[in-house]
Amino acid sequence: MINEIIANYKTVTPADVKVWYEVANVSEFPKNGGVALSYKGLQIAIFNFSRRDEWYATQNLCPHKKQMILSRGMIGSEGEEPKVACPFHKKTFSLKSGKNLNGSECDLATYPVKVDDGMVYVGFSE
Amino acid sequence: MKVVVVGNGMVGYKFCEKLRKKATKEQIEVVVYGDESLPAYDRVHLSEYFSDQNSDKLLMAARDWYQSNDINLKVGELVTAIDRENQQITTHKGNTESYDYLVLATGSSAMVPPIKGVEKKGVYVYRKIEDLDQIIDFGKKVKRAAVLGGGLLGLEAAKALMDMGLETQVVEFASRLMPRQLDDTGAELLKSKIESLGIEVLLNKNTKEIDGNGKLNRLVFADDTELQTDMLVISCGIVSRDELADNAGLEKGPRGGYKVNSKMLTNDPKIFAIGEAANYNGMVYGLVAPGYEMADTVISQLLEEETTLFEGADMSTKLKLIGVDVGSFGDALGTTPNSIPISYEDRNTGTYKRVNLSPDGKKLLGGILVGDAEDYNILHQFALNGMALPPNPEDLILGARDGGSDLGGIGALPATSQICSCENVTKGDIEEAVKSQGLENIGQVKTCTKAGTGCGACTPMVTDILNETLKSMGKSVRKVLCEHFDYTRQELFDLVKVSGIQDYERFLDEHGVGDGCEVCKPAMASIFASVYNDLITKQDTIQDTNDRFLANIQRGGSYSVIPRIPGGEITPEKLIVIGEVAKEFELYTKITGGQRIDLLGAKLEDLPDIWEKLINAGFESGHAYGKALRTVKSCVGSTWCRYGLHDSVSFAIEVEDRYKGLRAPHKLKSAVSGCRRECAEAQSKDFGIIATEAGWNLYVCGNGGANPAHAQLLAGDIDSETCIKYIDRFLMFYIKTAEPLNRTSVWFSKLEGGMDYLRSVIVEDSLGIAEQLELEMQKLIEVYKCEWTEVVNNPELRKKFTHFINEKAGDPTLKFDKMRGQKIPTAWG
Ligand code: SRM
Ligand SMILES: Cc1cc2nc3c(=O)[nH]c(=O)nc-3n(C[C@H](O)[C@H](O)[C@H](O)COP(=O)(O)OP(=O)(O)OC[C@H]3O[C@@H](n4cnc5c(N)ncnc54)[C@H](O)[C@@H]3O)c2cc1C
Ligand code: SF4
Ligand code: FES
Repeated sequence: MINEIIANYKTVTPADVKVWYEVANVSEFPKNGGVALSYKGLQIAIFNFSRRDEWYATQNLCPHKKQMILSRGMIGSEGEEPKVACPFHKKTFSLKSGKNLNGSECDLATYPVKVDDGMVYVGFSE
Repeated sequence: MKVVVVGNGMVGYKFCEKLRKKATKEQIEVVVYGDESLPAYDRVHLSEYFSDQNSDKLLMAARDWYQSNDINLKVGELVTAIDRENQQITTHKGNTESYDYLVLATGSSAMVPPIKGVEKKGVYVYRKIEDLDQIIDFGKKVKRAAVLGGGLLGLEAAKALMDMGLETQVVEFASRLMPRQLDDTGAELLKSKIESLGIEVLLNKNTKEIDGNGKLNRLVFADDTELQTDMLVISCGIVSRDELADNAGLEKGPRGGYKVNSKMLTNDPKIFAIGEAANYNGMVYGLVAPGYEMADTVISQLLEEETTLFEGADMSTKLKLIGVDVGSFGDALGTTPNSIPISYEDRNTGTYKRVNLSPDGKKLLGGILVGDAEDYNILHQFALNGMALPPNPEDLILGARDGGSDLGGIGALPATSQICSCENVTKGDIEEAVKSQGLENIGQVKTCTKAGTGCGACTPMVTDILNETLKSMGKSVRKVLCEHFDYTRQELFDLVKVSGIQDYERFLDEHGVGDGCEVCKPAMASIFASVYNDLITKQDTIQDTNDRFLANIQRGGSYSVIPRIPGGEITPEKLIVIGEVAKEFELYTKITGGQRIDLLGAKLEDLPDIWEKLINAGFESGHAYGKALRTVKSCVGSTWCRYGLHDSVSFAIEVEDRYKGLRAPHKLKSAVSGCRRECAEAQSKDFGIIATEAGWNLYVCGNGGANPAHAQLLAGDIDSETCIKYIDRFLMFYIKTAEPLNRTSVWFSKLEGGMDYLRSVIVEDSLGIAEQLELEMQKLIEVYKCEWTEVVNNPELRKKFTHFINEKAGDPTLKFDKMRGQKIPTAWG
């Protein structure tokens, strides 16, 4: 069951985007924090990295114990790499590539984010 | 090229991990068969399974690791035959698989001696998770257990059985414990230590029969004595699993195991054997480190690199888990002709140390340590590397008596010395990684070099090497917070005070680098709170999840609610409200270990509504989620108790109300007992108060939890006012000077001068800061506000408690089961 759920999360590159889903106004997002988005049965974590003026989106599911939780994680940086730490056991993942920075869990699927005229959009391939 | 690995145990797994670091799927295709139902797990730490039966924690790599690393893993499938001519194997399901190279990593199974009655119910071995499941199950039904075999593993098993609450005996055939590693004196001392743990040791016992009517109830020995017991765990050594040899025509070594040469090749140039399945030079190596080395040997050949030949390995070991320090290394028993033993025995402290020197007295050959194995690593290194000995070799075990540094410490080791034998990492590798990759903490060193990730025994040495290397690079080894702040917590605390900055982002701009992380954000949040006690909801995204949502996150992603119940005293009316709230929001209820009530399983979006009801009934936040004051437990005290000297409940409530909401480097707990019978367990608390005829005794720096510590008396027979004054000073002093996440007991253990010093600061005011500490505390107390009341009354803050930004509904993946009439979260994946 869980494996099927994980299989639904596949990285979408900017070139793959077919749908830009309009999420909400920038002001609805916490500064330097995340929120979760529900999209066609998927849960996506969107991060407003306001300190760097960057936006990221990843699957909301932490691969460690398969918890829908990453949007409630703390963000930060390791060297130059922007990252999120899962609130449960502090496994950390690159927000750019989704890569697990502890080298033990599998990586996160990532999704493109764009901000247009104050609105935040996440890109999906379907 | 296609490689098939038979066996997915520790060595089979490590082979895959190491191979994939160097070769992609395109270069080498890998298929692995394992007959256990789980992917490879950490057998070395098998005994840890007793504590929580969580096999996931033991896995060498998560299940999805294999897929993401292109390893085709088939678990639950036993390889039954090798067809060497056609280079293919067959499994018990009838599947076949062809190979270019075959790697046999089938490990071993426990040796079961042919004693009459071994088939009886209640007789187990100690090798696989399934064995442990059976032992745990059966162990619940019985009272007594025996272990056959007093070697390393047997003793580990005995400790586990004892921890299960069973009356435990160890039965050893030889005349001493760990006969291969220890001499008579060492073994004798170990025996008395084991016995003092409550495990009985029977020596010189040749077990003739396992007797019982269906299941066992006694062991009968050759000397006609017997032992009554309900369960037997056999730990008499191992036998290689070489079942595939005979039919395939592979040669075996003496006493079993696939016979291999120094390239780990069997008599078939396409078939390797590694780990406990291999017999090299008549030896089967029953440890992981040699197995990992063998894996390297095979990989170097597959990749046509320079072949690293396997030429035997060191069998030194340290006994783990059992709470008795025992180490045995090199030529422990001094069997080298004319070797010179030096030994030291102290029956008073229960210490025995022995080293064996080469006949010329210049080299250390091996040794034994019982009772105090602190120098195991360094002595082992002396032996392995043939290092020059100190001028008086007895200093090796006695320490230099002139006060000088004794063994030269880690600095004396050559760069080639192997520090982590599990992962074959040398001192030079660690220094190099620290220097070239700018590593600064032990976590980074572990990730980059893998040192310390196996059995973990070398971690203290790795830490020392890290610190020495940093020092040699001119970096001072201060406990700086993380890569973003080059300051210790105490320095940051002062910086916050002096700069007056209350905003994390601004503080990072002015005093740090980068964008922060999950270490410095909560630590800074705690400092801001300890200096200003402002509402933490103002900077919610720098808080740990529990502080961000003002509730403890639970398995599955729901939260728990613990309202404050000062001193554990509660009216029936308030109890009813808790019950009603729990019913309305479908919460699981439980009395906590802290004398209050936990409501678990709350949905994120329900938290504000739940708290609104509680607050209307007069409750406040219990800060169960914060590094803050938790509970002040009380006993009934003089109002009811026939022994009570003072009213401990009233005083506990007063103390709890005073410090509620106080944030600290770690959580704070307290208790007040009405007399020295101590029903409130005050001496296990960060600060605890016990009534005396003349007033109160104030104890500090106690701890329950993982490393219990008794609190120590700070001041005796003081009145209530003085007591509060000292607590004010004590807490503020701790808050200002402790490292992040150090409880008072840990902080105290690092405090130079111990209790005399602490007392001089707090009671005698030797630093002249007492008044300032009291003022600072007073300020914090004055600005306290219940953060949940604040949220409940603020629509903006309430809005943060939603799961989705684009939907009202909560998290649809939250799932609950039922247990004893209440809900519980569905177990996690
Ligand atoms: C709910 C409770 C267990 C219970 O059902 O009784 C509990 C639950 C948790 N404890 Fe505890 N502890 C609870 C009483 C205790 C006690 C007993 C006591 O306070 O008298 C202790 C030993 C006393 C002590 O702390 O010295 C205790 C020692 C710990 C420790 C080990 C601390 C240590 O210094 O070693 C941790 C881990 C930590 O804090 O880092 C911990 C951590 C936890 C956490 C918060 C783990 C976590 O981060 O999720 C647990 C939260 C689960 C949850 O939300 O339900 N809990 N925990 C108790 C809440 C008491 C309360 O009313 O607030
Ligand atoms: C309780 C305990 C504590 C230990 N403590 C330590 C310690 O502190 N330090 C240390 O160095 N060592 C320790 N060891 C020993 C260590 O665990 C072993 O040396 C190590 O596991 C050997 O690895 P391996 O891969 O060769 O064998 P194993 O881990 O036994 O793996 C072999 C695997 O192959 C499977 N298999 C066998 N035949 C087939 C087949 N035909 N088809 C498919 N699969 C097959 C087996 O079921 C098994 O899963 C301990 C062992 C135990 C049991
Ligand atoms: S409640 Fe405390 S002791 Fe129990 S599992 Fe959680 S942390 Fe461990
Ligand atoms: S569930 Fe995310 S780190 Fe454990």
